[in-house]
Amino acid sequence: MRVKELIATVLFGLAVVAAWEFIPPAMGIRRFIFPNFSTTMAEFSRMVSAENLWRHVLSTATMTAAGFVLGSLLGAVGGYLLGLSSFAERILSPYILGLQIAPKVAFAPLFIMWFGFTDWPKLLVTVLIVFFPILVNVLQAMKTVDRDQVNLARAYAMSRSQIFFKVEMPSTMPALMAGLRIGATLAVIGVTVGELVGGNSGLGFLITFGQGQANAAMVFNSILLLTAIGIVLYGIVSFFEARILHYIPRVER
Amino acid sequence: MKRTGAMALALEFQNVGKSFSGGKNRPDLKAIDGVSFEVRKKEFVAIVGPSGCGKSTVLNLTAGLDRPTTGSVKVSGETVSGPNPHVGFMLQKDLLLPWRTIRRNVEFGLEARPVSAAERRDRATRELARCKISDFAGHYPFQLSGGMRQRAALARTLAIEPDIVLLDEPFSALDAQTKMLLQKSFGRTITEGGITTLLITHDLSEAVAMADRILVMSDRPGRIVEELIVDLPDRDNPIARRAHPRAGSFINHLYASLKLDERAA
Ligand SMILES: Nc1ncnc2c1ncn2[C@@H]1O[C@H](COP(=O)(O)OP(=O)(O)O)[C@@H](O)[C@H]1O
Ligand SMILES: [Mg+2]
Repeated sequence: MRVKELIATVLFGLAVVAAWEFIPPAMGIRRFIFPNFSTTMAEFSRMVSAENLWRHVLSTATMTAAGFVLGSLLGAVGGYLLGLSSFAERILSPYILGLQIAPKVAFAPLFIMWFGFTDWPKLLVTVLIVFFPILVNVLQAMKTVDRDQVNLARAYAMSRSQIFFKVEMPSTMPALMAGLRIGATLAVIGVTVGELVGGNSGLGFLITFGQGQANAAMVFNSILLLTAIGIVLYGIVSFFEARILHYIPRVER
Repeated sequence: MKRTGAMALALEFQNVGKSFSGGKNRPDLKAIDGVSFEVRKKEFVAIVGPSGCGKSTVLNLTAGLDRPTTGSVKVSGETVSGPNPHVGFMLQKDLLLPWRTIRRNVEFGLEARPVSAAERRDRATRELARCKISDFAGHYPFQLSGGMRQRAALARTLAIEPDIVLLDEPFSALDAQTKMLLQKSFGRTITEGGITTLLITHDLSEAVAMADRILVMSDRPGRIVEELIVDLPDRDNPIARRAHPRAGSFINHLYASLKLDERAA
């Protein structure tokens, strides 16, 4: 059964590529409007040799990883701190809600005004966009830790910090990991927006550059590579999640 | 005449009352009122009573998770004023930490104490053997059945070598057969180890099958309305004890005492 499913998935992919290759020319769509598969691949080789493609990929990947790690770290720490202080949580929760709803990518032009065409605007947008889902997930998990389990630790005369590290923090791991998975997909969006609005490196920059040259194949390739970066980051997070949450019974597929 | 200390009391409730504040413009809720009883060392006492009568409140006061509103609670002669390392408790929920192996769960209570890692391991090994779950030491809680998980919880509770063990309806989430087998297993472990135990239950036959003495609590506010001494043999084997010819009369007596026939559901 598994093998059959795999074959079907591969065949579907091949069918999509074939459709992409043959349908646009058959319909008479011009290549610079909608490049077919082989045109896109040819442009890919050209980008590698003439546009320094790997340097741009590396730049975007680095920014994505840095923004993700920093945003996650800040979000998790914020979530734990608010989870430990119900007073601070009550005072700050309306603002957190507001910031959570605010479209974070809209801050990008502002950051460019402040920091110029450097790496900082991209990094800040990414940190901001990754920060909230992780903070909210961790905070919610901290608020729903099993009271009886905390009481058990109290009865064993554990200190506040022991209760945090031995009971509360491990209890929040599933929520933290779920937040990180969301953050991984958002990080690519943050970096892309940062590069689109202001930058001279990265795949987002190549997208605006390609647009300016009416080079749709360049835009296609950049989007594909951005997706690939997102998938790799998501895969890394899932890899660690499976290892960290090994104690949760998996539902048989 | 006070006999405190002379008789080696493990637990003493002296005229204990506990109220919970009802919140804005609602009256306080009196959970228990004027509760006095004693548990001697190595004794097995059961508390029975209707649900909501304050049985778990008794547990929380003993464990030091709550303070009495009136009166005093003493464990081994010392007034309880906070979480108390001499009390072990176990609930209907096993409270095993899902990310720890059974062995590491058993060690959990010792981690707040000045006990070396080697000694923690030794003690866990001993309790795992005593509760007959050594084979599952390396398993995670989700890999165990409900009965096995409760055994692990008992091992964790005994590992801290408490002066008294409180069991709050530990069998009530289990199916009938597992429940009987687990009662038997707990009965033997507790009797062989000479462990002082306070069992909270709403199952009258369970109380008769396991305890030396039964305290009957009234409706809220809970008070002790009767004390019944269960002078039956086989305390180490609840299944045998349940089958004893006189067991039925104890159960009937409790049944009448709780006025179960007059009570609406
Ligand atoms: N923390 C609390 N705050 C307010 N009321 C409580 C609290 N704990 C228990 N109660 C109330 O006290 C009464 C006795 O509760 P409990 O001791 O849990 O009963 P039992 O274990 O006998 O079923 C119940 O009416 C319950 O609602
Ligand atoms: Mg209860």
